[in-house]
Amino acid sequence: MKAAERAAVADAFKEIKERAESRWRELWHNKPVIMVGTATCGRAAGALEVLQTFRDEVKKRNLDCPVIEVGCMGHCYAEPLVIISKPGYPPICYGYVNPVIAERLLKEFVLGDNPCPEFVIGALEENDIVPSFTDFPRAQYEQKIILKNCGHTDPTEIDHYIAGGGYSALAKALEMTPEDIVDEVKKSGLRGRGGAGFPAGLKWEYCRNTRGRPKYIICNADEGDPGAFMDRSILESDPHSVIEGMIIAGYATGARYGYIYVRAEYPLAVERTQIALTQAKKFRLLGNHILGSSFNFDIILFQGSGAFVCGEATAMAASIEGKPGTPRARPPRMTTEGLFGKPTVVNNVKTLAFVPPIIRNGAGWLKSTGTKESSGTAVFALAGKIVNTGLVEVPMGTTLRQIIYEVGSGIPGGKRFRAVQIGGPSGGCLPEPALDLPVDFDSLRDAGAMMGSGGMVVLDEDDCMVEIARYFLEFTQRESCGKCTFCRLGTKQMLEVLNDFTLGQGKIEDIDSLERLAEEVKAGSLCGLGQTAPNPILTTLRYFREEYEEHILMGRCPALMCRQLIAYYILPDKCERSCDACVGSCTVEAISANKKRIKVIDQEKCVKCGTCLAACPPQYNAVVKLSPPSEVPKK
Amino acid sequence: MTQTDPGKTAEEKAQSRQETKQALKGFGRKKQNLIPILQKVQGRLGYLPREAMTEIAEYLNIPDIDVYGVVTFYNQFRLTPPGRHSVRVCLGTACHMKGGYITLDAWKRRLDINPGETTTDREFDMDTVACVGCCTKAPVTVVDNKPEGKVEPTRVDGILLAFEQEREVKDKEESESS
Repeated sequence: MKAAERAAVADAFKEIKERAESRWRELWHNKPVIMVGTATCGRAAGALEVLQTFRDEVKKRNLDCPVIEVGCMGHCYAEPLVIISKPGYPPICYGYVNPVIAERLLKEFVLGDNPCPEFVIGALEENDIVPSFTDFPRAQYEQKIILKNCGHTDPTEIDHYIAGGGYSALAKALEMTPEDIVDEVKKSGLRGRGGAGFPAGLKWEYCRNTRGRPKYIICNADEGDPGAFMDRSILESDPHSVIEGMIIAGYATGARYGYIYVRAEYPLAVERTQIALTQAKKFRLLGNHILGSSFNFDIILFQGSGAFVCGEATAMAASIEGKPGTPRARPPRMTTEGLFGKPTVVNNVKTLAFVPPIIRNGAGWLKSTGTKESSGTAVFALAGKIVNTGLVEVPMGTTLRQIIYEVGSGIPGGKRFRAVQIGGPSGGCLPEPALDLPVDFDSLRDAGAMMGSGGMVVLDEDDCMVEIARYFLEFTQRESCGKCTFCRLGTKQMLEVLNDFTLGQGKIEDIDSLERLAEEVKAGSLCGLGQTAPNPILTTLRYFREEYEEHILMGRCPALMCRQLIAYYILPDKCERSCDACVGSCTVEAISANKKRIKVIDQEKCVKCGTCLAACPPQYNAVVKLSPPSEVPKK
Repeated sequence: MTQTDPGKTAEEKAQSRQETKQALKGFGRKKQNLIPILQKVQGRLGYLPREAMTEIAEYLNIPDIDVYGVVTFYNQFRLTPPGRHSVRVCLGTACHMKGGYITLDAWKRRLDINPGETTTDREFDMDTVACVGCCTKAPVTVVDNKPEGKVEPTRVDGILLAFEQEREVKDKEESESS
């Protein structure tokens, strides 16, 4: 790039940045600001009603108090979350907010001086008034790089992103040579966050060095792993970071077009990404002559249509081309022959979100976090039987135990830890002894699981390991595209064997044939879906074999989960005669009172939904699950 | 191609063909536009009837079977008309482990249909979805595009009751105004 062009880029960016900064200052100038987290997780908990309450109240009272929508802070367990920033106070985050609490917060804190400590989750800064997030045990482990903006800025306002240092990496990158950028990313040790952990810089270099035009960058946001929602959250909360990363990737690899492939199940992510793209284009950060340079790059938002296999790079390319998304054999690599037969880089959302901070701070900065082989941080979606469900970002090398017990605050209800499922249908279930494993690409693979995209589902003593293997097989069997025989028929056969186990109809020799078939499906499949589909079976067999045997030999489900192997029973000596909670709760009218007013379940009618167990008051605790069902005493 | 909607009159067919033509406006005739086109047409019609698919095939100058192949490959596309309300039961890992399959059973029992079907009065259609990414609110059901958290069998009854009351109020208003 010539000196004149460099100066033009610097000037163009300076103008954008100054304007954004003045708007940002104006927003916070001497007035309270209310931020409501309205990502999908917040909406599921009622954030839109809370937002409306704040807006109505502010309007009614004619206050100078902006109410803005922000993304997800990661504390999804306490949704809906609201942050109120008021001059003279630290910004304070409130949790479990509903319209009534919202009204009180407005009256007592925004208009008065009572920060309502009873609703506080934590303040964003240390202070003497209310507890702050830094006092949380998780603060010691968390280090936010790509989630830094999530929940603190309005994703539909490009100025918020720019004022926080956004797009400065792009301006800096445009002054560097593409080779230098590739080098910088290579040196940073950034590995693909989609799960496989391929070095991102190397991928870019392959693409850069291949002839053929136009080249493409695809951002893989087809987050199909059930139990994972990091990509959704980033696109909903901070879409510009991904867009900026993509533009830099485009410049570094010599690409002309970018595609963001988002799942159809994420309508809000689609909406916010589209808004962000339009804004970036308006600011000349995207399109022709980006920031006045000679670099042209366009991004097209492509909505997936609900096929898990499309998360695989070659299948994704087929899908964008308008075909059914079936993978093809590699080589040729995507970087040689990808979308429309041209050199293509496919990067995960998180990988691209790491690019701007690397360019801003240099390769050494990322290297200083994480482990030797896996630099930077890992983002996990904590779900299942864990107290603090939500998103966490921790340095690579943090142990599973620290993530689950310190960051996630352990298992609710004093239950016993059973396993942690990592990496969705491609990953595996790891038992208690594996909890001291450091989380990085290589250690997890050695244990039989994989980093995957970062879904982490914690399972407790009530979760059956055979059932979870069956569940994942049901998923992969349904989502298999049908191209490879081993995947198409093998998953079906494995599922049938597992179905038999959970129905109590298995034979002990089936375990061996299941194991053999699993290895064969692994070897005989073309893409990652089939190659990793047996992982849930293999890990549960490796760590929880005795549970399989119990199902088969005794017809008993030790976790009391498999419905064909359990029965609900009301203990007559515990049942309280004056209480009718279970009778009223039963969804199929299977419970009645006998002559002594003791409640009895009609086993023929019972659908085993567990509602009566939940309804029975804790002081009686009369409803129990028994396995095998023959344990139920006959009259 | 299978008959997707047997009871349809010629008039209705012509209308969906017309709607499809409207939706096609602005799209280039390249095959890579097939999926965006199908999404748009389904957005308008609620599903993809046979007439719409043949119309699209003609527009893109590709065989009918290519359109049908794509429609049936992807889970999002439906061949049958939707109900007035949509119910999507999430069966992601977290939802499953917290009893999503029990919730699905409850919906099946109450609506008396299987996933992928529409009730005979066209009031509800129900399907499963792999994961909507609200794992922290498991078990989740997306009702009319709004994710509802912690939907257990009793909540299923609650949601249905709310719809029933809504309908009663509407019916009453209608009978009063007429």
